[in-house]
Amino acid sequence: MGGSLANNQLEKTITLVLSARLRSLLEARGIPVAFTRDADATVDLNRRAEIANHVNAQACLSLHASESGGGVHLFVSSLAPAPPTRFAAWKTAQSAWVTRSLGLAGSLNSALVQAGMTVTLGRTALPVVDSMTCPAVAIEIAPERGPGKKITAELDDPDYQARVAAALAAALLDWRSEVRQP
Amino acid sequence: MIPRYQAVLLSLMLLASVVMSVVLWQLLERAHQRMLVGQDSAPTQAPEVAPTVQATLLVASDADNTLLVQVQSLPLPQDPGSRARVILGKLMDLYAAPDADHPVPGGASSIAQVFLLPVPNSDSNPASSSSTPVAGKPARGQPKPAESKATAPMPEQTSPPPPGPQLAVVNLTGAFAASHPSGLETETLTVLSICGTLHANLPRVTQVRFLVDGQPRTTLAGHADLSRTYLAAEAVPRP
Repeated sequence: MGGSLANNQLEKTITLVLSARLRSLLEARGIPVAFTRDADATVDLNRRAEIANHVNAQACLSLHASESGGGVHLFVSSLAPAPPTRFAAWKTAQSAWVTRSLGLAGSLNSALVQAGMTVTLGRTALPVVDSMTCPAVAIEIAPERGPGKKITAELDDPDYQARVAAALAAALLDWRSEVRQP
Repeated sequence: MIPRYQAVLLSLMLLASVVMSVVLWQLLERAHQRMLVGQDSAPTQAPEVAPTVQATLLVASDADNTLLVQVQSLPLPQDPGSRARVILGKLMDLYAAPDADHPVPGGASSIAQVFLLPVPNSDSNPASSSSTPVAGKPARGQPKPAESKATAPMPEQTSPPPPGPQLAVVNLTGAFAASHPSGLETETLTVLSICGTLHANLPRVTQVRFLVDGQPRTTLAGHADLSRTYLAAEAVPRP
């Protein structure tokens, strides 16, 4: 997806930089990472979900950026939880994973709040996430805002991106250890 | 003495002239009648002002990802579809205001039409669809006392509503979709506030679908799914 942001920035550029930061942090901790894209390339929405589903990931993150609101927005699929079935419908495949996705969102929320960030939680209908068969959360980065909605860190602020990536990496480490427990 | 063929030709031309005169006379009469009918349909009385009733709007706030209930007094038409369009138009006007918490350009003209249809394969049981509107709850925390009026009276139903739950089809303008800010949160809030506002004012509306310029569209501005049917209960974001 490629939404346009302020100052002629593109959403895909911001998310690509953030994902590269996150990848280096996770791989440095021995966590393998699979990307739907690692360059400025267009990947079909269904193909993105296919990639995520084929690697059998412990966590799937869909990264986004927006000028609206402030802080970090965490979204889980609005599909109602459903028991897993052998053959899942493509558009509602996430329904069997929603409960675990909510758990993942909780871990991400805790880490981001602990890092001093403003976090909002919500549910949404996002075609890519709705087709994923893994604990999946859509993460939208917005500018950091202080009192009076004044922007204190823009989306392309390297320090802001580094703090967000560090918090996400910490949350994924915790999540991985939780998943491994019997 | 003129030749025979010229006499026949002259007769035919004379006959054609007479026929054309008759046809022209009839066309003139028809045009005159149409003009008189048009004069008859001209408004001779001032249009009636629709009665003012209370409408419940679920207004989005980008700052905290919530939908806040606002009750406004609006002159609303009797027809449910027109009424829904006016209410959603007011909602869009709030978003187009300079100091809006959920800034979206476009205003009332962003809502081209709202169609209300029976839900396919519904059980047509009014009791099953007249549950308490749930769209008035904010996404997070408790409602703010000053702004939350979830118990506000619903608009009066002056005509008997059709039985059973209804599907609302909201036709947005292409200009609105093109100018909508791109983002997961902002697009989701716009969709949910429309669904929640419709359900709050027309409780029989249990499902909502979206069109843009009369055509199906994948997403609003790159994120929120517009290809699916939204349940009114989904207007309450569940954290």
